[in-house]
Amino acid sequence: MSPNAITILIGGEAGQGLATIGQLMAKALTRAGYEVCVTQDYQSRIRGGHNTFAIRTGPEPVYGPEEGMDILVALNQETVDRHAAHLKPGGMVVAGQKVDLDGHPGVQVPFTELASKAIYHNVAALGVLGSTLCGDLGILERLVSDTFAKKGQEVVDANLEVLRKAYHWFQAQDYSFHCLSPASEGNAADRIMLHGNEALALGALAAGCNFLSFYPMTPSTSIALTLIGKGGELGLVSEQAEDEIAALNMALGASYAGARACVTTSGGGFSLMVEAVSLAGITETPVVIFLVQRPGPATGLPTRTEQADLNLALYAGHGEFPRALLTPGTVEECFHLAHWAFDLTERYQTPVMVLSDQYLADQYCSVPRFDFASLPEITPPLLQVDELGTYQRYALSPDGVSPRLIPGYCEALVKVDSDEHDEMGHIEEGPANRTAQNEKRLAKASGLRAEVIPPELFGPEESDLLLLCWGSGLGACLEAVELLQERGHKASVLHFKQVWPLREDQFMPFLEGAKTVVAVEGNATGQFAGLLRKETGFAVQGAVLRADGYPLTATYVMQGLESWIA
Amino acid sequence: MVRVEDFGNFETAWCPGCGNHSILKAVKQALAGLDLAPHQTLLVSGIGQAAKLPQYLHCNMFNGLHGRALPAATGARLANPRLKVFAVSGDGCNYGEGGNHFLAALRRNPDITLLAHDNQVYGLTKGQASPTTAQGQKTKTQPGGQPSVPLNPVAIAVAMRISLVVRAFSGEPDHLAAMVAQAAETPGFALVDILQPCVTFNKVNTFQWYKERCYMLGDDHDPTNWAAAMRKADEFGDRIPLGVIWRGDRAPFESLAPGRGTPLAEHRLDRSALEKLMDSFA
Repeated sequence: MSPNAITILIGGEAGQGLATIGQLMAKALTRAGYEVCVTQDYQSRIRGGHNTFAIRTGPEPVYGPEEGMDILVALNQETVDRHAAHLKPGGMVVAGQKVDLDGHPGVQVPFTELASKAIYHNVAALGVLGSTLCGDLGILERLVSDTFAKKGQEVVDANLEVLRKAYHWFQAQDYSFHCLSPASEGNAADRIMLHGNEALALGALAAGCNFLSFYPMTPSTSIALTLIGKGGELGLVSEQAEDEIAALNMALGASYAGARACVTTSGGGFSLMVEAVSLAGITETPVVIFLVQRPGPATGLPTRTEQADLNLALYAGHGEFPRALLTPGTVEECFHLAHWAFDLTERYQTPVMVLSDQYLADQYCSVPRFDFASLPEITPPLLQVDELGTYQRYALSPDGVSPRLIPGYCEALVKVDSDEHDEMGHIEEGPANRTAQNEKRLAKASGLRAEVIPPELFGPEESDLLLLCWGSGLGACLEAVELLQERGHKASVLHFKQVWPLREDQFMPFLEGAKTVVAVEGNATGQFAGLLRKETGFAVQGAVLRADGYPLTATYVMQGLESWIA
Repeated sequence: MVRVEDFGNFETAWCPGCGNHSILKAVKQALAGLDLAPHQTLLVSGIGQAAKLPQYLHCNMFNGLHGRALPAATGARLANPRLKVFAVSGDGCNYGEGGNHFLAALRRNPDITLLAHDNQVYGLTKGQASPTTAQGQKTKTQPGGQPSVPLNPVAIAVAMRISLVVRAFSGEPDHLAAMVAQAAETPGFALVDILQPCVTFNKVNTFQWYKERCYMLGDDHDPTNWAAAMRKADEFGDRIPLGVIWRGDRAPFESLAPGRGTPLAEHRLDRSALEKLMDSFA
């Protein structure tokens, strides 16, 4: 982690515009070529409460949030009261004149002087913030112009005036904040900024996803919003279903009839979908399920984060059928694994789930533009077959995969069945047929196993301390390992971006080569460590678990490791 | 020219005398009459004895979960508007387990014909009360009599002014075939609530019981008169009207949203549109 990285934390009530200021600032930093990683904390309400938008940024890669901050933008008094104590040495508060800085270093911005109307206060805050970092005013000006272009030149000009006034106001203050180190050259041109859910949606669209059915549920809804908002031009058809049960059944009906379909949900909604997951299994209908986790049980903490639905996803659905579980660790992996999920489900005709969580869902990051041309082409199902009279949807085959025909394009009939069925798709309850069809379905697991994405090792192959993590736990572990290495520990991270199926040959040497293996997970029971033990017999020596609703951070991990590194 | 024989002849798992036999025959007759070939038709079903119907004729079939025929059928319609889509299931499946989907379909008005086999009892699970079982009727699981009043799906459908609401009876097969054909030709959601005896488990609503009560609606009933339709929908006692109860003019669901037209299987990825989309994140 770069010592030049800083954290800007913006705090206030819901409805005060903190996300707007935050997004503009993060985008300006991205355009200036900086690495950006945003963590959002909000509550299950539309107005009021206390929300934060934390931007960690610097010229070198930033992996995740930290506990303290360098700049605290306080839109209300509560923000100072709650967070100012965590200001890092040299840090400062930026607040309005009505907010008491309570002795902390900082500036009180005369918002009413800088902007005649309250609606300009967000842009005024952006100007001051940009100025504290010695940001390029030109970049801020272009960003403001782009952002308000749709509202007409008059609005753009009014906002630009406020921006410049605010920028220069801070420059005139007798206050020096250390400027951000320059971003690496050439970084600015080809970067975009998006959050995990947007990246999942973009990956889905790049995979040709053209059907979405969903029921809104935090923190998954922004995948649906992005698919609908951005996918319309690409021909995406969407329907907000009456419930999650309908959502998945609808997606399966659509997929059967030729759509490339997905659903988006969180734990509670996924619980309702479970019977249809099983239907996807026996009917061998491709579907991608985006499961964005939040803390349960039941309604739990609707707007917070957790990695506690691994067991649910792993075992969801009655009966036995193969599946794949993908668990991106970064915004870039969200994009690539969403695409891969459609590729897998199309080829193996069995449900594929992508598990994210609120932290990753809302994490804005600056990333290089995605290279669509490098993505593998996804083979579509058949529209025609030669053997019109004898086509069988469930023809037995060595790898378990039968040719999938879309109905209506030729005279061959396509029968899919929730009941155990014969090769034609008709209900058939005999034991020999049952065994043949069951084995055919389960045979697809070998193909899925052969294509498992190996876990990624960061650090030496033989380590004193190996941090084992999956999904969004990656950033905190990477940063913790850097800190450990600085202190002279031979430490590594092993990160799983696919947690099912598991292939021992891909990771056992690392586990056995480490003196101590500690699982780091965002849940209370160490679900992945448990899965690993069940599958391989390997027991981790320790675990750092977090289940208070907040994301794993390097500081949290280091505290948890104290007994191991003493 | 499509013939009834094109739909084949299959051995069924239904009891002798079950209304399902004549419903199956009527469906084949209707499809042949409309010149709809097996591959142009999709039958989506739930679970139950009625839901086995698509197993017994040549057609495209999606036999899904109990209660979930309508959402799957809606998904299929959205993916390929060229398919003629039927949802087929019993009263328990459509009105009980799938009640929320029935309500949603009434709101959407998708171009789907729902064939609701209504024998007022659960057959496959051996005789428990269904959502349309009469109040007070005794069953093994309601030994003191069914305490709830029966759902009136026909009245609910009329209340929502869907495209077509029909009541039919398996004991009037020619009329039933004509009603199925009319429903299939109607753009928008068409409910055909088909009364049928369950010879094994419903000893109250027998063939004779229906035969004595059912009568054909005449020209004096105007199915576009909503108040008159509601009165006919509410008539379920000594006399039960058969025929088109209600005909509405709501637009089909599929016509109301952009992008719903070309079958999604023919969709090709537009790389340049994707690149442009990525620019919006810069």
